Amino acid sequence: MSKKPRLTPQQRARRKFLNSIVLTAGVAGVSLLGFVPVAAKKLDERLRPPGALHESDFLAACIKCGQCVQVCPVEAIKLADLTDGFGVGVPHIEAREQACDFSCDGLQCVLACPTGALIHEIAFPSQVDMGVAKVVAPAKCLAVQGKGFKGLARGPDFKGKLRYAQIDRWHPIGVADHPYDLELCDLCVRQCPIEIQIVDCAKDDEKKRESMGLVAKRQPGECPPKHAIELQSIESEDGVRRMQPVILEGCVGCGVCEMICPVEPAVIVIDSTESREKSRGMRA
Amino acid sequence: MSRVIESLRVLLGGEPKRVPKKDLPPEVRELHAHKFSDKERIAAIHAELAHKAQHKMPEKKRRLRWAVLIAVNMLFVVSYYFDIQLLEGALTASRFAGFHMADLNSALQVMLAFKHVVINLVIGTTTIFILWWLLGGRTFCSWVCPYHLVAEWAEMLHEKLRAKGLAMDIQFDRRSRTWIWLLFAVLALATGYTVFETISPTGILSRALIYGPGVALIWVAFLLLFEIFFSKRAWCRYACPIGLTYGVVGSTSSFTVHYHLPNCFHEGECRKVCLVPHVLDTVIKGRAVAMDVDIGADCTRCLRCVDACPTGALTFKYKGLGDLL
Repeated sequence: MSKKPRLTPQQRARRKFLNSIVLTAGVAGVSLLGFVPVAAKKLDERLRPPGALHESDFLAACIKCGQCVQVCPVEAIKLADLTDGFGVGVPHIEAREQACDFSCDGLQCVLACPTGALIHEIAFPSQVDMGVAKVVAPAKCLAVQGKGFKGLARGPDFKGKLRYAQIDRWHPIGVADHPYDLELCDLCVRQCPIEIQIVDCAKDDEKKRESMGLVAKRQPGECPPKHAIELQSIESEDGVRRMQPVILEGCVGCGVCEMICPVEPAVIVIDSTESREKSRGMRA
Repeated sequence: MSRVIESLRVLLGGEPKRVPKKDLPPEVRELHAHKFSDKERIAAIHAELAHKAQHKMPEKKRRLRWAVLIAVNMLFVVSYYFDIQLLEGALTASRFAGFHMADLNSALQVMLAFKHVVINLVIGTTTIFILWWLLGGRTFCSWVCPYHLVAEWAEMLHEKLRAKGLAMDIQFDRRSRTWIWLLFAVLALATGYTVFETISPTGILSRALIYGPGVALIWVAFLLLFEIFFSKRAWCRYACPIGLTYGVVGSTSSFTVHYHLPNCFHEGECRKVCLVPHVLDTVIKGRAVAMDVDIGADCTRCLRCVDACPTGALTFKYKGLGDLL
């Protein structure tokens, strides 16, 4: 390097200036590579946390701090890596590994969000619009086959948690610590947080009426107004009536059914594309 | 006021202005003229510097600063790990004991991209603005930013390699940081994505510490390698828009490094250790415009110069507070 001919101050300033243009262009160029995963629609399949705005708004509004991650009692929320490009540090949920089961009740992630990327207008699970469950392989469904289920839904090594209110109202426990013994498998219906909430609300109302003769006053959405999933008796092509999970209007896409489905791969999965396409982060 | 404007101009990449000798205050001219007459004193300083060079003393303020930097970052980690909810989130946005804080540059990116500001973000941004205005602006860089710390270690390696001729130090025009700042502001506004956050080593490192490492660290490693082999502290000096944002905040801060001309013998030790040596142009013989000068907005208040100065010409002080006490 020492052998280089001496440059005049003007030449040096010029070189410095050109170097800086290259530096600026380089930094901007690398950052714009982040557009590749977005353009490739790679992020559109992401299941986002409750209250997430329409995908493009969501990526803009999220400040990539992970406060939603920290408050989630079942640790359902993960932050994306640089492979998500502009979506680096943005939260998402892998429902099969750990779904959002609303064990926090009050949508803690929404409350924690400092920028409104998770819309602050919602307060209850029934108002959430993450996606919709879909039965993708009905033939493999245990209920359709008329089978029951005995044992651990996802095996002994599964790390996912759920709130089993009858066991512990405040602390979610491992799905691997909660064996089932069912005559007909209805895990997706049985563990649906919306369905559980509908039952709880009805019980609560009943109790209040009996003890005090009062009709419980509720905020809109506090009790889910619509059912999310039920087993229906459906006549198949061969003329035999079989029970099958049917997704109803009240489904919010939390993913618990996908997580709990004991069949591998899951018979029921969350499709978030339509919600991500149209949603304002909440149900109309 | 004119000094604040000059300090902002230098922050944005301008060369520090030279004031012609005839325009300097008479007492400053007088001092410059007789500075080197005390030969004994200068010999003593040189002897002390030679001694220092042989017996490397730990830089106490630097160690303190590293301890603070690590402590702040670990507070995020510990708070999450033990779920004590003291400091939740990451450096981009957080809550301290429940109170919102938002990094000014990250918040700006979100505001420009999202074009909608919720009240929590206003609170967080205001809090952080006041905090760093009180603490000196770019103080964030050297006392909190995790990239600054790894870059300091990379710099040590760079110096060793350069002494052996294995590394070079490409100089860039400092205006590039201003261009990059503007470019990312325009990109956020135009594309609706927080484009800068994709490559922000501060955000990437903070999240990696708290939520676990990922491939994003490869980008940070690339930056460090570039700094080690090609250009000393390039990201912090020539590129990082976060530094510029906090620099503007700190331009009117009361917390500054302070230069006292009569104590200075122009050895230049301070400029050797400084991340942003242009802020110390005032210590070059004949350049000081007054007996007392506050170091400009680009200064990260890392205080290495205070430790390096053999004659106590550089000190840090809290303007206003000193007069009160």
